[in-house]
Amino acid sequence: MITFMNNSDSEEEPCNERTSLMSAESPSVPSYQDGLQASEAGEAQAHRKRRTGSSRSPNNIADGEMSDSGVPVRESTLENEEEELTLKYGAKHVIMLFVPVTLCMIVVVATIKSVRFYTEKNGQLIYTPFSEDTPSVGQRLLNSVLNTIIMISVIVVMTVFLVLLYKYRCYKFIHGWLILSSLMLLFLFTYIYLGEVLKTYNVAMDYPTLFLVIWNFGAVGMICIHWKGPLQLQQAYLIMISALMALVFIKYLPEWSAWVILGAISIYDLMAVLCPKGPLRMLVETAQERNEPIFPALIYSSAMMWTVGMAKPDTAARGPSQQMWDAAEDGRENHRSPSHGDSQMSETRSPVPTRPITSLEELEEEERGVKLGLGDFIFYSVLVGKAAATASGDWNTTLACFVAILIGLCLTLLLLAVFKKALPALPISITFGLVFYFSTDNLVRPFMDTLASHQLYI
Amino acid sequence: AFFWLVSLLLSSLIWFIAVKASNPQDEPLQKGLLIFGVMFSVLLQEAFRFLYYKLLRKAIEGLVALSEDGCSPISIQQMAYVAGVGFGLMSGAFSMINLLADALGPGIVGIHGDSQLYFLTSAFMTMVLIFLHTFWGILFFHGCEHRRWWEIVAVVVMHLAVSGSTFCNPLYVGSLVPSYLLMAAAAAWAYLLSGGSAQNLWRFLLCKS
Repeated sequence: MITFMNNSDSEEEPCNERTSLMSAESPSVPSYQDGLQASEAGEAQAHRKRRTGSSRSPNNIADGEMSDSGVPVRESTLENEEEELTLKYGAKHVIMLFVPVTLCMIVVVATIKSVRFYTEKNGQLIYTPFSEDTPSVGQRLLNSVLNTIIMISVIVVMTVFLVLLYKYRCYKFIHGWLILSSLMLLFLFTYIYLGEVLKTYNVAMDYPTLFLVIWNFGAVGMICIHWKGPLQLQQAYLIMISALMALVFIKYLPEWSAWVILGAISIYDLMAVLCPKGPLRMLVETAQERNEPIFPALIYSSAMMWTVGMAKPDTAARGPSQQMWDAAEDGRENHRSPSHGDSQMSETRSPVPTRPITSLEELEEEERGVKLGLGDFIFYSVLVGKAAATASGDWNTTLACFVAILIGLCLTLLLLAVFKKALPALPISITFGLVFYFSTDNLVRPFMDTLASHQLYI
Repeated sequence: AFFWLVSLLLSSLIWFIAVKASNPQDEPLQKGLLIFGVMFSVLLQEAFRFLYYKLLRKAIEGLVALSEDGCSPISIQQMAYVAGVGFGLMSGAFSMINLLADALGPGIVGIHGDSQLYFLTSAFMTMVLIFLHTFWGILFFHGCEHRRWWEIVAVVVMHLAVSGSTFCNPLYVGSLVPSYLLMAAAAAWAYLLSGGSAQNLWRFLLCKS
């Protein structure tokens, strides 16, 4: 889900801050060993809050010079400047999102192309019990649709569960759940991945070295994700985690089910974020009511957020856990919210004197940032990875899907700038990606192959 | 890049339909269909370049309206350049990437009697096409901006000529040489249109300030 921090609930809070682009994830990605984690709604909200903070600052700072002009003039010029700044920052944010998404996809495609483990069929997740080895096409289609239904319902159930937990303030439970999932992801999946890569390149590694490497990797990852750490390290960990999760999906989801699931999940994302009774939307609204910065987790952040930790790909419920840690920071958070308040310069000025330097710094850092849910990363990478793994046209198809997804992301961000409320990040990109995958594989490939064999150029 | 991709998609759709609807055994027909497919694809690419120009025009108007001092942060020439580069990169990538992937594996070039210079010439051809797309982008946008239709027609004709010359392959003299000559011409033309001159070039080469 992408939320434009600008006016997530601007209807209710007219003085709300502008938000920069933010994306929340699509609904939860189940881990096949643990329970499922619920979704990004939290993230969306967290994003929103954060974004609001971030986009305010440039406006405020820009308005600093203009604060002496009359109030009505200031208002209109503020509006204008905000719009323009929004668009300018929107463009910058697009670039800031392109890089991590591209990196994640590159990691996934490189692994798929080189390590054969991830393209071998070695069983399926329990969430997709129906096998696709049936002789008839109709049966296969039916099985994949059934698999999708099961998977999506699992996701919905987990999302609703998370919303309920959040509503009844069972923060400790969510916190523990998140820690457990991130532990498993960082240690177990990394171990498997490393093992397969070493096998592919026929590199020998002894157990003590392996233990050392994985222990360090995992421990630093846990700290970076759940607590504080250098921004780039956090980002790198998030990208790696998303890639690992995407690889798991590519391996364990059967062919047709994967495509149907991708389609279904983008529809679900659309509904969950936009419908009034959607779980994600309810989560967002609850968080807004409580005025809490929920669920900083599960979000890729390109700006440093002192108060929130990193996101976890398959758990949505990081937010509350973050809240517990952020208790100390809450003061600063609250400070930030009014200072990101919309129109009045005076509002922004008043909190500032009390904490002049730190809050401004945080504002600076926040505002330059863009947040995208990790679930979005994961599903984009699953699409591109599947294209790389199964397309016979190989690189052309992969490249086409990649470009399609990035353009979808651009369009989503553009829509965000226009609508200024929470939007799902998956539908447009996944639709483009699917369309381009199937059309490139079936239509463009024979054409290009024929051209290449005659060495013709178009 | 996206626009080029969409044009490629549509043109291959047309070609695919044509091929499926025709007799696969008929060699000259297939060849004819291929030629038709190539020409149609070229025309479609140029059409999409035009559509892209229209889109960028609208975007510039929006940016100008929003900016403080009435001029947009990015000029139409820059956009023309970027559009050309995008088209070129995408077309180059699609032409080369499968070749490169295959080149990593084992094999002997031209063992069945084809030219042994296949990879080399493909590389050069791709390079010249990428450059050409960039220059065509500049020329095309300039023509659209100043309503000089002959510039646009010249770009389309050049593109058709270059694509057509590749039909001479594997007689590489017939395709590479004209393409490079055309590229030099297009480069000079685009340079002049972008405000360069022989003087500027001379000064630049002599590192004068």
